Amino acid sequence: MELSGGEIIVQCLRDEGVEHVFGYPGGAVLHIYDALFKQKELKHILVRHEQAAGHAADGYARATGKPGVVLVTSGPGATNVVTGVATAFMDSIPMVVLTGQVPTPVIGSDAFQEVDTVGITRPCVKHNFLVKRLEDLADTIKKAFYIATTGRPGPVVIDIPKDITDPGIKIPYHYPNKVKMRSYNPVVKGHLGQIKKAVKILMEAERPVFYTGGGVVLDDAAKPLTDLVDTLGFPITQTLMGLGAYPGSGKHFLGMLGMHGTYEANMAMHETDVLIAVGARFDDRVTGHVKQFCPDATIIHVDIDPSSISKNVRVDVPIVGPVKQVLKDMLKVVNDGDKKPQQQALKKWWKQIDKWRAMDCMKYDKKSELIKPQQAVEVLHKVTKGDAYVTSDVGQHQMFAAQFYRFDKPRRWINSGGLGTMGFGLPAAIGVQMAHPKADVAVVTGESSIQMCIQELATCLQYDLPIKIILLNNGYMGMVRQWQEFFYDSRYSQSGMSVTPDFVKLTESYGHIGMRVEKSEDLEGAMKEAFSHKDRLVFLDVVVDPSENVYPMIAAGKGHHEMYLSPGSELV
Amino acid sequence: MRHIISILMENESGALARVANLFTARGYNIESLTVAPTEDLSLSRMTLVTSGSDEIIEQITKQLNKLVDVVKLVDLTEGGHIEREMMLIKLRAERTQREEIKRLVDIFRGKIIDVTDTSYTVELTGAASKLNAFIEAVNEELIIEVVRTGPSGIGRGPKGLSL
Ligand SMILES: Cc1ncc(C[n+]2csc(CCOP(=O)(O)OP(=O)(O)O)c2C)c(N)n1
Ligand SMILES: [Mg+2]
Repeated sequence: MELSGGEIIVQCLRDEGVEHVFGYPGGAVLHIYDALFKQKELKHILVRHEQAAGHAADGYARATGKPGVVLVTSGPGATNVVTGVATAFMDSIPMVVLTGQVPTPVIGSDAFQEVDTVGITRPCVKHNFLVKRLEDLADTIKKAFYIATTGRPGPVVIDIPKDITDPGIKIPYHYPNKVKMRSYNPVVKGHLGQIKKAVKILMEAERPVFYTGGGVVLDDAAKPLTDLVDTLGFPITQTLMGLGAYPGSGKHFLGMLGMHGTYEANMAMHETDVLIAVGARFDDRVTGHVKQFCPDATIIHVDIDPSSISKNVRVDVPIVGPVKQVLKDMLKVVNDGDKKPQQQALKKWWKQIDKWRAMDCMKYDKKSELIKPQQAVEVLHKVTKGDAYVTSDVGQHQMFAAQFYRFDKPRRWINSGGLGTMGFGLPAAIGVQMAHPKADVAVVTGESSIQMCIQELATCLQYDLPIKIILLNNGYMGMVRQWQEFFYDSRYSQSGMSVTPDFVKLTESYGHIGMRVEKSEDLEGAMKEAFSHKDRLVFLDVVVDPSENVYPMIAAGKGHHEMYLSPGSELV
Repeated sequence: MRHIISILMENESGALARVANLFTARGYNIESLTVAPTEDLSLSRMTLVTSGSDEIIEQITKQLNKLVDVVKLVDLTEGGHIEREMMLIKLRAERTQREEIKRLVDIFRGKIIDVTDTSYTVELTGAASKLNAFIEAVNEELIIEVVRTGPSGIGRGPKGLSL
């Protein structure tokens, strides 16, 4: 079979099992778009801004575990997608991004819509390629998928000059089944000796805690994690990225940890004697001040990426390997061994934890007439029976969603944790709904964030995506306002956001259903109504208490044991 | 502490940029960097001199290993090794100074490779510390130009860094 470069790209994607491509055309990719036009299997989703193509592919990948695919043009198409690529990179999301480039003979001449895409994206990709010869195209695409999806996943960019896709030049097509790269060999198995050593330490632990992160979700290791935690009877806390791997309603779950983590989770971290970290990277929002991090603990760390180990915090027992396999092996070692966890000590530890739990750190005013954002998320949970895919943007609403939705399954909570990209939520939901047409998909967002990719409402109409947008409208960049209230004597510099469009009318003008709710008593009814429109997008503008803050909060630079629990409270 | 890290990597355009980028992006210090192809034209060999605490060096080697273009690397300073750097140094050499400079060059086992009425150009090879010592030894006012390649290195013994 002889194919042109454009046709080769389309054929490779199909052979790779890709079903959806998120993109936007332009001069440098016209040959590829022409090849797309001539076939039916590969579905192209036309976004309204290339940033959204990145986030949509990313959301698709997070919801399915399959790599998301993006196609954009050179120059501004490529620069627009960079935020999407960086967002995926920070959260280790597998993605393959195809960017058009000016023809090879004019590269370097400042040609129209030329930009050094490989150079611009280098610091925020797992790897990138510039295809210089048509003969290398299929191999490069295979390598890109291989790199993106193996080891610690991440986005890979392939920059493709226009002459490579010339419909007039055809070569025999062959898509390799396999690639081997001498320079890239991700670890496939954790060291059994280390695993045994870790288990021995776990069996002697008196105040153990599991601290697990996005790596568990990425490696689909929720089951072995849950089995191991329940077998041992240890408490577990999860990072923002890890939520849902161990069920949020599970009895061993302490809630999220870190800056806006629960009192019990952070206190357990502070007092633990054995910390087992799995697929988590000791991010500064999690550790707080590293000098005060888990002061008494022996630390076991399971991670696929050796460079994550001992990067921010010294680890005593490193285990490099895929978390799923390592957790399974650990469980086997536990079950086959004759040692049992320290029951007496654990009983005491749980008693202590229950005392911390009794502080009820996530309480909020439930009698308020103004809708509380926490309540809005709880009602969302109730109406969707806790089974929705929830994407979010960045800010207070994101933290409230993370704290109050109580995710019971992995891949249900989809947010930009590492880069913290406002504008992520709506386009990510497009990817999620594309992957799961029948599922409830909700975007929990803020009036500031939603405006960063609001144009995607048109994409949702074009592809009949019945997404539900739950806007927690506080008229502020709430998270910024909260920091200004706490640390800048309430000088609200440029954080007001009262000037917004009428979101109901705006949504209607995009052809969807817009609703607004202002009183607590109307909230549940409105939410039910929104979700009753099974095949329509509904934008629910929830007017919430503008003064609400996210608690608990560890101030930047403080230790886990120093939290603000409620308005006006002292550090506890 | 000073470390010499020797890297075998794919001889691809952009591989050098990836390494350089890594150092600037993560704020690692880089003292020198040399790179050239090896007998296998698909591979280049890079020698990189850096310094930092043990933790930082550990991160540097891990991050370098993570680069997809890096095939293999070794921290030469972890074992016996030989370090060599070449320097070309142009010195003002008027009549009265010529003898003394010549003597100094001999002591350091250098070679004078270009001569004019008023200057000598000297070629000197050795560990970076030896080149530093030479620069220290000549009168600062006589130095017109210094060109150094940056160190490269190789492990002692019969074993080599190969695939
Ligand atoms: C693209 C981008 N710009 C700026 C920020 C900094 N930032 C973090 S939260 C936030 C405010 C978000 O406001 P809103 O979407 O209304 O959410 P709220 O906190 O009010 O719930 C800002 C500006 C960011 N995270 N992303
Ligand atoms: Mg807001």
